[in-house]
Amino acid sequence: MHGTQVHDTQRPVISVRNLWKVFGPKAARVPGSAELGALSRRELLDRTGCTAAVRDIDFDVAPGEVFVVMGLSGSGKSTLVRCLTRLVEPTAGEVVFEGEDILRADPKRLRDLRRNKFSMVFQHFGLLPHRTVVDNVSYGLEIRGVSKAERVKRAKEVIELVGLDGYEGSYPDQLSGGMQQRVGLARALAGDPDVLLFDEPFSALDPLIRRDMQSEVIRLHHEVGKTMVFITHDLSEALKLGDRILIMRDGALVQIGTGDELVAAPADDYVRDFVRDVPRSHVLTLKWIMRPKRDDDPLDGPELGPDVVVREATRSVLAAEKPVKVVKDGELLGIVGDEEILSVIAGGSDS
Amino acid sequence: MVATSRTTVSTRLPKMSIVVRNRGRIVAGILAVWLLLWLVLRGTHTLALGGAQLTTVHHWFNDLNDAIGAGRDSNPLFLYFFDYIRVGIDEFVVFVQSIIAQPSFDRPVPLIGWFGVVALVGFVSWAVANVRVALLATAGFFFLGLQGLWRESMDTLALTLAAVIISLLVGIPLGIWAGMSDRFNRLVTPVLDFMQIMPSFVYLAPLTLFFLIGPASATIATLIYAAPPVIRLTAHGIRSAPHDTVEASESLGSTRTQTLTKVLLPAAKRTIVLGVNQTIMAALAMVTIAALIDAPGLGKTVVKALQTLDVGTAFNAGLAIVVMAIVLDRVTTAAADRGRRNRPYRIVLWLAALPTAFAVWLSYTYVWAAEFDSSLDIGSRIAVWAGDATTWVQSNLAPVTNGVKDVFTLVLIDPLQSVLADSPWWLVAAAVVAISLVVGSVRAAIVSAVCLALIVLSGLWSDSMTTLASTIVATVFTMIIAVLAGVWMGRSRRADRVIRPVLDAGQTMPVFVYLVPFLALFAASRFTAIAAAVVYAVPVATKIIADGVRGVSGTTVEASVASGSSTWQTITKVQLPMSARAVALATNQGLIYVLCMVVVGGLVGAGALGYDVVAGFSQGQLYGKGLAAGIAIVLLGVMLDRLTQAAANRTHRGG
Ligand SMILES: Nc1ncnc2c1ncn2[C@@H]1O[C@H](COP(=O)(O)OP(=O)(O)OP(=O)(O)O)[C@@H](O)[C@H]1O
Ligand SMILES: [Mg+2]
Repeated sequence: MHGTQVHDTQRPVISVRNLWKVFGPKAARVPGSAELGALSRRELLDRTGCTAAVRDIDFDVAPGEVFVVMGLSGSGKSTLVRCLTRLVEPTAGEVVFEGEDILRADPKRLRDLRRNKFSMVFQHFGLLPHRTVVDNVSYGLEIRGVSKAERVKRAKEVIELVGLDGYEGSYPDQLSGGMQQRVGLARALAGDPDVLLFDEPFSALDPLIRRDMQSEVIRLHHEVGKTMVFITHDLSEALKLGDRILIMRDGALVQIGTGDELVAAPADDYVRDFVRDVPRSHVLTLKWIMRPKRDDDPLDGPELGPDVVVREATRSVLAAEKPVKVVKDGELLGIVGDEEILSVIAGGSDS
Repeated sequence: MVATSRTTVSTRLPKMSIVVRNRGRIVAGILAVWLLLWLVLRGTHTLALGGAQLTTVHHWFNDLNDAIGAGRDSNPLFLYFFDYIRVGIDEFVVFVQSIIAQPSFDRPVPLIGWFGVVALVGFVSWAVANVRVALLATAGFFFLGLQGLWRESMDTLALTLAAVIISLLVGIPLGIWAGMSDRFNRLVTPVLDFMQIMPSFVYLAPLTLFFLIGPASATIATLIYAAPPVIRLTAHGIRSAPHDTVEASESLGSTRTQTLTKVLLPAAKRTIVLGVNQTIMAALAMVTIAALIDAPGLGKTVVKALQTLDVGTAFNAGLAIVVMAIVLDRVTTAAADRGRRNRPYRIVLWLAALPTAFAVWLSYTYVWAAEFDSSLDIGSRIAVWAGDATTWVQSNLAPVTNGVKDVFTLVLIDPLQSVLADSPWWLVAAAVVAISLVVGSVRAAIVSAVCLALIVLSGLWSDSMTTLASTIVATVFTMIIAVLAGVWMGRSRRADRVIRPVLDAGQTMPVFVYLVPFLALFAASRFTAIAAAVVYAVPVATKIIADGVRGVSGTTVEASVASGSSTWQTITKVQLPMSARAVALATNQGLIYVLCMVVVGGLVGAGALGYDVVAGFSQGQLYGKGLAAGIAIVLLGVMLDRLTQAAANRTHRGG
């Protein structure tokens, strides 16, 4: 496993340790048993009738980070994200939020956390069909007991923030899918939570609207700077939004890393398959393609940082007479010449 | 695609039909043996019982009734339990009656007179539904007054309202509980099933043991019959609330109560209103039937008229029941379909409350608004007209109607009745158990054996066999019509669009209503009762078959057509066999509906068990026999239900 720990020096907002969720009869025996825990999902199902949707997962999420969880359908992403606020009750493990183990919270404390600290955006929106946009957005405030005037005021603010002003009095079925998801987003933002959870929020939308919404999330992330945990099965979405990406298979963690780490150094064939069709030049940075300095390299070429994406470096590398030096803090890390650049752009083959 | 479907068609069906054919041969064998023995043994061991004859069991029920009657004033169970319920319900009913139906509070008239009631009905209909049905409701209720049946109608309405209010007070919370708790849901579902398969008139008799003849028994019987739909549909509505929305609400930190009141109930509202609709219709149907145990209202007018074969009066009162049923049904259906309302609309609605209140005050204060002007009465004219029409039909169409009736009676009813009722009882019992074993299962055979034994014990074997014969004839006809109409509807969307509303309307009508036209056409006879039962049972059976035929996968049908089948072959070799389960289920439901009409049929010449039950209500010394007859009907019902269900399951498994 790669990079389980947060790179930042900051304390993580969420730390997940040895998290298990097993569906089925007498689920609790599975995490404890080394023998059962080692079985594949299929074998476990045949042996015990249980499905291990999340098995032994560890990760940390840093404050302000966009943390993406990815995997094929059925790999346990939705279950994992629901375990974080116990919409699905985990079978074993720890979910520590700001130093507090959520799995030990009593119902009242759990409600408080859900009301004030977390919000979630759902794949199929989950709007209340019998309520207008304003009433949907202010629902979370309503159940906290916020006064009507105050919650309408706050709702109008977030509705404006997600670009839905003018639709306050509409009902969900009068809005397009993209607009409905904006309502879902506004509802999640209304309570001013610390952490936003997204469960494939855009996979029910068509591609153009999806792109709009992704930009919207990026914009919001810049504006409100919240920590986000984002589930998707779309790699380009993951690369576009995610600071770091966790890849799951059959409930287990396969790899955690930044986009370029996954593309450049996939942990196994499953991940390699995932990233196969990614345009590598859009993701890889110079540090992944540079070669060590050779003695015959001229050292008077231009300098670039190691985190510059290949696509952006292409023009300057090809235009330069001499190979480009990759430099960080004045230290020479390596050399990138036409050859390295062209091999990335031309070839899909793994480095 | 086509090829694979074709192989499934051609490999699966023959196997099934071989099994069916084998079973068919065994059943035919059993029937042949039975017929042979019947020829030899007919008339012996028939356990026949004369009309006024009683067995020890009947005496014992009579004594039980007397004992309970005598103990009523001293037995603590009565003093502290049954009597409280009875008095409580009685008072509630009297209270509702005193508002709209009966003179009360030292006034010669009810609190609210016809003018106020009509205005209120219009206003409430508008408030819960829309202007169109409000107009319909107003016109409908005004018409009730014109028919000269205002007080009877209001009695029926008061009883229905009382029963509906109690049903909803009990049913909606139970439904919510069943919607939220899997365990409770598993517990109530079979109970609700049983409450609904019981022929509704049957529990009238035992109820009178504990709650006397009168409004309390009528209301409780209505409650038993009318509460299940709202419980079921409330639970269903809550269970089918979109999971996403419920989860979203939880993710925001709702408590259980908040999720219930703000998400689940609003989401289930439409379904719950449909449940209320079904409950109201069931209550109305039952309140009219409860006339048999002296419940006041339109039902009583119909019963009295039927007993004196006065078709005209029965028609007028039956028409009033139809009008009330249509109004209640349209209003509640429209309430379920109501769209969103904007603010100006709501303001206008509130303004309309003022004239309504004024109308209510007028009807409280002035005689003209309290009592419907009897000089406007067109009811007697309707009665005379319907009576004349009946006389005309009976004198002019007699050759046709009597011909039809006689042919059916001679060719079908009489022979079957003779085989069932004139065979020695042990022969019938043995044959029925054997058939249960062959077409059903071991369990079905055991159930049949127990039910038959208990029927023998009830002392009403012969009457039970007569009723069974009518039931079988009625069910066969129901199924013939249902299969024809169902296949047509299943194959043609247009036919479905035209026929379905008619069936829906047929299903909402209270059962009494069916009897009147048949009585006019065929006078009192077994045939009349059977015809009414067929008409009553056809809608439900047809719908099930239509849905079954429609449910056959389009690809399979296409494959059959592509391989050159004619329409007839497609129907008989693909669509019907593949909807065999629907046909079996339709037979089951058809049987239960037919049995429901047995008691009602007793009023118009069906004789046998139906007559025994009706006579038991009216003549004290026949009480025990009536109770035994009610039990025998339930036993027949349970036996036929288990048997057809077992057969259906077997068909489903294909062998
Ligand atoms: N309530 C449940 N009961 C039993 N099994 C469940 C339940 N919920 C999920 N599972 C199983 O857990 C596994 C993971 O499901 P999950 O919904 O978390 O996958 P996912 O990665 O979100 O898939 P998708 O991309 O399709 O949403 C699946 O095999 C699923 O069948
Ligand atoms: Mg999912």
